[in-house]
Amino acid sequence: MTITRRDFLKTSAVIGGGLTLGFAFPGAVSQANAAGTLHTPNAWVHIADDNTITLISARSEMGQGVYTALPMLIAEELGVDIRKIKVAIALPGAVYSNAMLGAQITGGSTSVREGWEKLRIAGAQVRMMLVSAAASKWGVAESTLRVDNGMVIGASGKRATFGSLAEAASGLPVPKEVVLKDPKNFKIVGKATRRLDTPVKVNGTAIYGIDVKLPGMVYASLEQCPVIGGTVVSFDATKAKAMPGVIAVVQIDDGVAVVANSYWRAKKAREALRVTWDEGAGAKLNNAVMMAGIRDAEKTSKIISIKKTGDSAMAMKGAAKTLKAEYRSQLLAHATLEPQNFTADYKDGKCLVIGSTQFQQGAQGQVAKALGLKTEDVTVQTTFIGGGFGRRLDVDFIVQAAQISKAVGQPVKLVWSREDDTTHDFYRPMALHRMAAGLDANGRPVALNFQLTSQSVTQRAFGLPKDTLDPFMAEAAVVGYDIPNMTQDLVIHDSGLRVGYWRSVSHALNAFANECFIDEMAVAAGKDSYAFRLSMLGSQPRFANVLKLAAERAGWTSPLPAGRFRGIALMEGYDTYMAQVAEISFSEDGLEVHRVVVAADTGYMVNPDTVEAQLQSSVVFGLSAVLGGQITLANGRVQQSNFHDYPVVRMSEMPQIDVILVASTEKPGGVGEPATALIGPAVANALFAATGKRVRTMPLSPENIKNA
Amino acid sequence: MATSFTLNGKPVSVTSESDTPLLWVIRDEIGLTGTKFGCGAALCGACTIHLDGKPVRSCQTPVSAAAGKKIATIESLSTDNSHPLQKAWIAHDVPQCGYCQSGQLMSASALLETNKNPSDADIDAAMSGNICRCGTYNRIRAAIKSAAADMRSKA
Repeated sequence: MTITRRDFLKTSAVIGGGLTLGFAFPGAVSQANAAGTLHTPNAWVHIADDNTITLISARSEMGQGVYTALPMLIAEELGVDIRKIKVAIALPGAVYSNAMLGAQITGGSTSVREGWEKLRIAGAQVRMMLVSAAASKWGVAESTLRVDNGMVIGASGKRATFGSLAEAASGLPVPKEVVLKDPKNFKIVGKATRRLDTPVKVNGTAIYGIDVKLPGMVYASLEQCPVIGGTVVSFDATKAKAMPGVIAVVQIDDGVAVVANSYWRAKKAREALRVTWDEGAGAKLNNAVMMAGIRDAEKTSKIISIKKTGDSAMAMKGAAKTLKAEYRSQLLAHATLEPQNFTADYKDGKCLVIGSTQFQQGAQGQVAKALGLKTEDVTVQTTFIGGGFGRRLDVDFIVQAAQISKAVGQPVKLVWSREDDTTHDFYRPMALHRMAAGLDANGRPVALNFQLTSQSVTQRAFGLPKDTLDPFMAEAAVVGYDIPNMTQDLVIHDSGLRVGYWRSVSHALNAFANECFIDEMAVAAGKDSYAFRLSMLGSQPRFANVLKLAAERAGWTSPLPAGRFRGIALMEGYDTYMAQVAEISFSEDGLEVHRVVVAADTGYMVNPDTVEAQLQSSVVFGLSAVLGGQITLANGRVQQSNFHDYPVVRMSEMPQIDVILVASTEKPGGVGEPATALIGPAVANALFAATGKRVRTMPLSPENIKNA
Repeated sequence: MATSFTLNGKPVSVTSESDTPLLWVIRDEIGLTGTKFGCGAALCGACTIHLDGKPVRSCQTPVSAAAGKKIATIESLSTDNSHPLQKAWIAHDVPQCGYCQSGQLMSASALLETNKNPSDADIDAAMSGNICRCGTYNRIRAAIKSAAADMRSKA
């Protein structure tokens, strides 16, 4: 393994004041392998004298199964029973940095991809050190020893537990030459394995951020400006302070916090606060203004090329038929079921923060900056996370908790209400796609143009310089189809609303435009939308395979019962190749999704059962946004507040989901997000089949369908 | 203004104001955190508990409504995961983030108290008040059916 770190993000804007940006771009992913060889394996494996073995997950567990999958990788090479180990979520540390994202971040469907080699190397290194320690102790050659189930075993049958060897092993040099098992010999990896965190999640004992308790802890409820970005001019806390249980009312950067001896008392007293706000520039925002800004930017802002193939302008001129369309995607909230919250304990120049976060180093750095502390004086402990989806990559609520704790000099648990959470999110940005295509006389595509205009989360979150390509906006922009002339362009426009990474990020935006427009091209060519796609995949076996598998399972060529219609969509994202077929009905009662077939080639599957669960989960998450999820603003205020006006899919709306997993020995692809992106175009294409209407505006709400 | 009720089989007396939602009494005053806060408006079901055996949303149930009643939370199913629903949840590996699952299990256990063999429509009706943002609904449905079969076989 060669070690190259030049592409890693060494420090980020979030961690400190300064910035060195160095994303691992697609194609540089192999860099991810190296990190495990850089560091002492003790960062991943803790062995106690009593033979308790704790494997470290450097990624947060938010449902995606890393609490099980990452230890599986270590355990495979270490030689321990996955059922007999403990798992701990890592504290902040450079060794735990995610090489694909450049910091200790859980996101981007990277956890298994990034850990795939480095965690096996880490496990193997510790095994070799334990064997070496046993060989010295017994005066025998290492080659005569083997490892099984937490023991080193000699030729004579002599045995030593890992615990009895751990101290000696820890003093040995970390082996540089590591030979990993042939996957054919895997005993743990690749086998459907029950999650290690299920038992604590069915009896109420799993601790999430909101469950944290510290001695002497008090509770806070924070009034923030209804217009995001607004600031406090003045406030009157007279009534609030007189209410039962209230300890203090304090102003922090983001608003006014009521601190009380229970959450409910803090929240009730908060309702009695009177705050005068300077609402700032955000007060002018509404959806129409934002879309107008996007349309203006199309004309006036820099066009950034994502990719150019052939000469599409020339090809378009010579085309027998041309078509164009624009697609629009909505603002979305994350709506994690656990509202944002965090617990902070500031004391004597040090701060402990505990809770649900996807970004330990960001929490550490931002708290240190806000409180004027050294980074090392901030400790971050991560609990189980009640849903992340990208929301908990931001650390606003963590800084707030720390500031409140410092102000009152006590440990504080800050809990946002659902309304706080919905109205103070970092929203999935709005997007406008301009698509154009040319077909020859036989209906074969000769040109495809794609232009996305939207907002860059990476500019806000990581200080990406203006007018530079944001790789997270280019996701799934380039289709896998064999079309000789293509352009994919990007226009970045800051709408003024704060935006965040939302499960599948730009895959969902770009796949909606691309895969619906490919359907429009098929219609213009007079071809079946499955056959049309397949005819352009001669040199793309992984794409073609999943497309065929999904179509076959869905019975694409067989007639459907009366009133049922199908749509198909195809994408590569996170190194996973995927096709979906959605089966729907449409009536006066609305759009109903009955069945979704997902065929996925995710590369090697570390825990196939989790892969299946994640694909199903992603479909449902995407479907909530497709069927009606939408954030709107009026006078800068988010108008939605809770699940009555920001609806999500419930049991009664749940489609049957058939998942077909392709056995593969390719390196693992990401599984937590791609399916979220494809459900939109699959359902929209089915809706076209049902109605003959091309709905090019998300969500596929009754209003947008009517206006299409 | 103490309020007395039975929690998971044990008598308790609490002092929170009478309009305090049971959710916060259970979580903050009594200290049992298995019951979760999701929406505060009876829209998501994360806070589902049983009041005299019936499923209620504890975020919208004032503590005064519990006076003299029997309250059961997720912690009452079993601490050793021996309840048929817990066993089925483990067998089907239902939870992902897991945050909604206390509420899902309490809604499911209330359903199985009155319906030993629920149909899909029965499950939809009993469970659609419980949101799962991870979308584990199909595994929840399968696990409820497994648990029901398990309970019928032992009845």
